[in-house]
Order: sequence, then C-alpha cells, then structure tokens
Amino acid sequence: MIRLAVISGKGGTGKTMITAALAQLLPGSLVLADCDVDAANLELLLDPKLIRTEPFMGMKSAVIDPTLCVQCGECKEHCRFAAVERDMDAYRVSLLRCEGCAVCAYVCPVTAITMQPRQTGEIKYSDTRRGHLVHARLVPGAGNSGLLVHAVKKMALECDRDRDYFLIDGPPGTGCPLISTISGVDVVLVVTEPSVSGLHDLKRVVAVCRQFRPRILVAINRFDLEHALTETIQLWCSEESIPLIGKIPFDPAVIESVRNGVPVTQAGTSPAAQAIQILESKLEPELRHYRDPRG
Amino acid sequence: MRLAVASGKGGTGKSMVAANLAFTLSWTEPVTLVDCDVEEPNLHLFFPAPAITTDVTVPVPFVDETLCDNCGRCGEFCQYGAITVLRNRVLFFPELCHSCGGCRIVCPRGAIHEQQKRIGIIATSAPRNNLKLISGMLDAGNPHAVPIIKAAKEQAAPDSLVICDTAPGTSCPVIETLDGCDTCILVTESTPFGLHDLQLAVDVADRLGVPAGIVINRSDGKDQKTLEFCTDHDLEVMMTIPFEREIAAIQSRGDLLCRQKPEWQKAFFALFLKCSTLAGGQR
Repeated sequence: MIRLAVISGKGGTGKTMITAALAQLLPGSLVLADCDVDAANLELLLDPKLIRTEPFMGMKSAVIDPTLCVQCGECKEHCRFAAVERDMDAYRVSLLRCEGCAVCAYVCPVTAITMQPRQTGEIKYSDTRRGHLVHARLVPGAGNSGLLVHAVKKMALECDRDRDYFLIDGPPGTGCPLISTISGVDVVLVVTEPSVSGLHDLKRVVAVCRQFRPRILVAINRFDLEHALTETIQLWCSEESIPLIGKIPFDPAVIESVRNGVPVTQAGTSPAAQAIQILESKLEPELRHYRDPRG
Repeated sequence: MRLAVASGKGGTGKSMVAANLAFTLSWTEPVTLVDCDVEEPNLHLFFPAPAITTDVTVPVPFVDETLCDNCGRCGEFCQYGAITVLRNRVLFFPELCHSCGGCRIVCPRGAIHEQQKRIGIIATSAPRNNLKLISGMLDAGNPHAVPIIKAAKEQAAPDSLVICDTAPGTSCPVIETLDGCDTCILVTESTPFGLHDLQLAVDVADRLGVPAGIVINRSDGKDQKTLEFCTDHDLEVMMTIPFEREIAAIQSRGDLLCRQKPEWQKAFFALFLKCSTLAGGQR
C-alpha cells in the first residue's frame, strides 16, 4: 500500500478538490481518509453512502462531585489550563479548557474529582464509487483533533489494508492534526497558490515535513492568477530539489463542480481537469517507488 | 473591544479582512492586530517592519537520575503517554507533553524538576502609526499551538482595541482565540465547502457565547444558499466582497485592498461599526 497525503499549510488552496480528482484518476484500488477533522469536506464531492459510525472518545475530562467537594481550592490552584472555575460557592471544570491531565483528581484530598470519558466526535466509515472513505466529525469546540486524525487513519488501515493506495485529504496548518496526518505516510503532495502567504506557508509546512520521512511533492493551484509569484515558487522548489508536478489554472469549472458535488475531473475537459490529469500522470511514477514490499 | 476574525474553512480571507480592518481603523485610533494563526502566521507579510521577538516557553519535566529509582509512577500518571519508564532509565517524548506538571507532583522521590522549553516566538512590531502587530509563531515540528496563542493574547491584554486573526478549523486554537472576545467576524465564501464550514464556525461561536456576524468574500453573485442560512440563523451579512481578479492580485502580492483602493476604507469602517453594535455598543 502506498500512503499519500494531500496537504497545504495555508488553508483554501484546493487540497480537497485535488484529492477528490486524484481519487477518481488513480488506477487500482483505494481507501480514502479525510483528516481535516475540524472541517471535513471531502464527503461533499464523493457522495459517500454511510456504512457505520463509531463514537470517538477523546481525552477523559475531570468532573467534580459537589456533594463530596470541601472547597479547598487545591484543584484550581494546580490546574495549569485554568479549567477549574469557582462559581459562587461551587467549583466546576470547564469542559472547553480541560485537557484531561488528571492533576486535579490527584491533588483532591477528598477524592471528589473523577476522570470521565466523553464523546467528542464520531468516526464514519462509508462507501464511495472509488473505495471506502473514513471521515469524522469533531464536536465543534472539542479538542483532541490530532487524536481523532490518528483514529481515522487507524480505521482506514485496519479495514482496508489490502488496497493499492491510501489517499488522505489533510488539514491546513503545521500543528497537532497535520503532524498526526503525515506521520507514517510515504508521499505528501503540498498544494500551494501564487501568493506571498501561499509561499510562506509552503516553506513552513515543508520544514515540518522534513522532520518526518515522506517524500515531498508540490503543485501550484490557480497558478495563472499571479505569474511572478508562480515563478518564485518554481524557483524555490528547484533550489530545494522538490519536484513541482502540477500547475492548475484558475478555472470557474472548479467552483461549478464543487457546487454540483462532483470531482472537477468528472465533469469533463475543463482546463483545470486537464491540468490535474497531467499532475496525476507525473504523480504515478513518483508513487511507484513506494510500493511497500510487505503489501 | 476584542474582535476575532474566524472562518471554519481555510483560505476564505480571514487575514485579508483582519489586515484591512486594522489598516483602516489605525487612521483614527490605536489598534492592536494579533496573529493567532500561529501554525501559519501571515499578517506580518502585509505589514513588513522590524520586530522585537521573545521566546514562548513551556515547562517540561527533567528527571534527576541520581534521585530517580525508576518506580514508574510518572509514566503511569501521564495521560498523554509522554513518559515511558524502563528498568534503568526514563524516556521522555516532549512533543506529547502538555506541561500539566503532573509527573513532578506524583514523583515520590522529588526527582522531577521542570525546565523551560522553547516552542515558538512572539514578534511585536509597529508597522504604522497607531498600529501594533503581535504575531505568534509556532516553531516547525511543534504540535502545541495553544500556549503561543495564549502568550500573544496576553501581550495584547492592556490594549483597548484588539483584532485577532484566527486559525482555520473549529478545535483548540480557534477556541483559545475566541475565548474572551466581545464579537467575531466569520468570513465565508459561497461554495458548499464555505457554507458547510460556516455552520461549524457559527456553532463554535455560539457555544462560547461570542456574537458573530458574517462577511462573504469572493462572491460571484451566487450567494443565495449562504444568505438563506444567515437569515435562518439570524446572522447579519455585514459585508460582501466580490470576486475580482484585481482584488485577488492585490492580496496575492501581499498588499492591502484599502491601501491600493482607498475607497474600500469606508466599507471596512462600516464593518467595524456593525461589529461594535454586535458587541453591545463597545468601541
């Protein structure tokens, strides 16, 4: 199985659009995962049929039993996350701030605090025309998105280990969910755009990827909106020996296909669809190196 | 007033709205702009200026091997799996540590001390008269954005008008930024992705009790579904920015719409007045 993650650093550069198109174009069998668990959008392009859902239990949270609490304030004093609040005469734990460290439960002299499991999301296992899709929904405002990313990838690998490709739509950023996404993948495709922000964020996310093991490839989306910056990105990639494998033009057909809920490559021969076909043809030989002999 | 610019979906134009708003307001009053998208901070690109940087550090455990008897309590206690105790040594994984201090408390031999570890920086600059920019920047490869956001917001605490640019998404970094804000602008675009993620962002603002208003960016006129959603949820569309190649190009070059096309300043000032109404009349 070859594991490929589509990431970007900067949000909104076209990760999901390209992931959906690659799902359609890559030959062989696939399992797909949407690791942008905060705001999962891949399902909007792949028309998934839900097979089953599983609850996602994040970190446990502290709960104070008011009938046992003697209001000594030890919990509040020791909490580093300012999660214990004093409300009139009662102490309470803010579920938004609690990081589940259990220090309060340890220091409580009357064992009034217990750590309780809490469902903070759900993991969905669905069928699409191109294979199974594992996606998730994080309760808005819940933490632990990195843990949920890990759980999504785990389910995909456990259920569909025998597929040729594991294709991942990644999250923006460089923090916890991104690191969880790229750990253990063979190849990352970084989708950028010709803007100073796009280039800046490309450099940052590449710096993070280099601390892990994947091979790094780059594609520039909407490259014709700012030719000078496209050239700057191209130059930077060649200086850094990062293969630039695709340049996709600005094309209203992309927004149209998103509005229709289909990959842009399904709609036919728009300029963007053609450019992604070329990208895919350059991607395939890059991936072949990584065919895992263990299967 | 404390104002956050957020979105759910990435790349809708949060930084663009935050930067133009701060630029416009700084003609008449002191503004502090805080870049809380610490994983991919961009505001400094629109306001290049020399900056003073300070390190952001978090406490992490340090085990004194002369005192440690490898009893394993710290490893059992750590909820994040950051400590593994072997027969004759203690392994520590700093990227998993949340700096809760629990290991130090549970150690029966007092063998664990804490030392400060750098996870990023805060860069402060004064790119314009009346404008202060505070950028939180997470070091590459570090997963913990929240302490940097906390530090950046703390640095802006004494200031009276603060605009925070938020990371995309709906989890910890977004909550940390929105927490304590008087109002927030949610920037969206009129695609199914934009609308889907707007719904999530509205939910987060709701849960935190922060009143929200909407800005539609890159509108191609097909905004009907977004407008319907806003009407149904009693959300005001405070501003609509059309999709124009010229506006996109100004932004791409790292320039500001309000600098290149000053006529937009009026619209951004009107946006600010609407936010201040949302915040209960605060300025």
